[in-house]
Amino acid sequence: MSAETHAPMSRHKAPDWLWYVGVPAIGAALYLLYGQLSPIAEWITSLFPVARDSHSGEAIAFFAYDVPKVLLLLTGIVFVTGVLRSWFSPEKTRAILAGKNAVWGYPLASFLGVLTPFCSCSSVPLFIGFVSAGIPLGVTFSFLIAGPMVGPVGLGLLYGLVGWQIATIYLVFGFTIANVAGFVLGRLGLERYLQDWVRELNAGPVGDFPEERLTLVDRLKIGLEQVREIVGKVWIWVLAGIGIGAVIHGYVPEAVMLRIMGDDAWWSVPAAVVVGVPMYTNAAGVIPIVEALLDKGAALGTTLAFMMSVIALSLPEMIILKQVLKLRLIAIFIAVVAAGILATGYLFNILL
Amino acid sequence: MKTVKIYGPGCKRCEATEAMVRDTAARLGVKVTVEKISDAKSIAMAGVMSTPGVSVDGKLVHAGGLPDAAKLETWLSA
Repeated sequence: MSAETHAPMSRHKAPDWLWYVGVPAIGAALYLLYGQLSPIAEWITSLFPVARDSHSGEAIAFFAYDVPKVLLLLTGIVFVTGVLRSWFSPEKTRAILAGKNAVWGYPLASFLGVLTPFCSCSSVPLFIGFVSAGIPLGVTFSFLIAGPMVGPVGLGLLYGLVGWQIATIYLVFGFTIANVAGFVLGRLGLERYLQDWVRELNAGPVGDFPEERLTLVDRLKIGLEQVREIVGKVWIWVLAGIGIGAVIHGYVPEAVMLRIMGDDAWWSVPAAVVVGVPMYTNAAGVIPIVEALLDKGAALGTTLAFMMSVIALSLPEMIILKQVLKLRLIAIFIAVVAAGILATGYLFNILL
Repeated sequence: MKTVKIYGPGCKRCEATEAMVRDTAARLGVKVTVEKISDAKSIAMAGVMSTPGVSVDGKLVHAGGLPDAAKLETWLSA
């Protein structure tokens, strides 16, 4: 037990006070930088031998402004989320959900889906862990839909790039879809479409190792670790998304956009979903595209539908879930979620 | 001689965890056999919901994310 007396993480040991001072200081510095992005982007654009109001000038300015903006926002959101999520774990979430009755199960599962840290690579053990604890299938689906659909990264970027009104709409409808889709899936009695071995499985009790006691500094370290891991992984998607956004912003004429994604084109909502599902990127990659689309006059409903289907329904995740769900159940799952997305899309195109 | 099992579908973190276990064991002079469990069924049967999970001599000690270096020493030397 002698190791217990060692300070954790003895390799790079910064004193605690450095964390308490350093994290707010870096946060403040990044915030100030965030306020200066517009002049910086204009200056960078002026270095290029193109007219500022030409197509290329517009595209370059969009890119030069959005890249640092999205990366800064992403860093902040991932850090804060990482720290907050250190209070949650799949094991705790499972214990909470296992004791709840069906009615409260859905909203609670959606809520916890946003706060519980899990990566798509462990969605299979997580799924089995939930189902074997007697959590209804529908509630489990609510959890799995809400996690990516209303993730903090998507919401935060939407807030920063498009505005709080649309971020709020997205939050409300993302939650609603997660709840309703989970409820519908739960009502359909789909247990027979689980892979056979899942139904026969009597999973052992979840390991009840003593909960790790974390200090605030430990949690800050977790946040920082998350930033390194997630920003290190998604920056390439961010650049790709902003690149596409810049091309749309600079070159696509508004008239064309209105014809394809305007609210008069009734087929544009299903088309947005069909295009969105196989697209695999993450929230950070798709929101710059959303920003450019809305800016050019694309209808809100159509754009929301596109965004939701890109983020919430991804092919790789379906392939992972194939281990536990029969193809039929995957198809029903996609159909129910897509129906919710379509309804949201049409609703906003009609209302606004 | 300790048996360490690492539960995970083969993601990057699982490999990093394996390397950590081997390094720590070597540093402490503890003999270990490391087993990687990567199929979903066995992971679930072991009660692991967030990967990578680590068990030492049949007892689950960790799940989710990289284990803490100091704690890993405790588990291996206990």
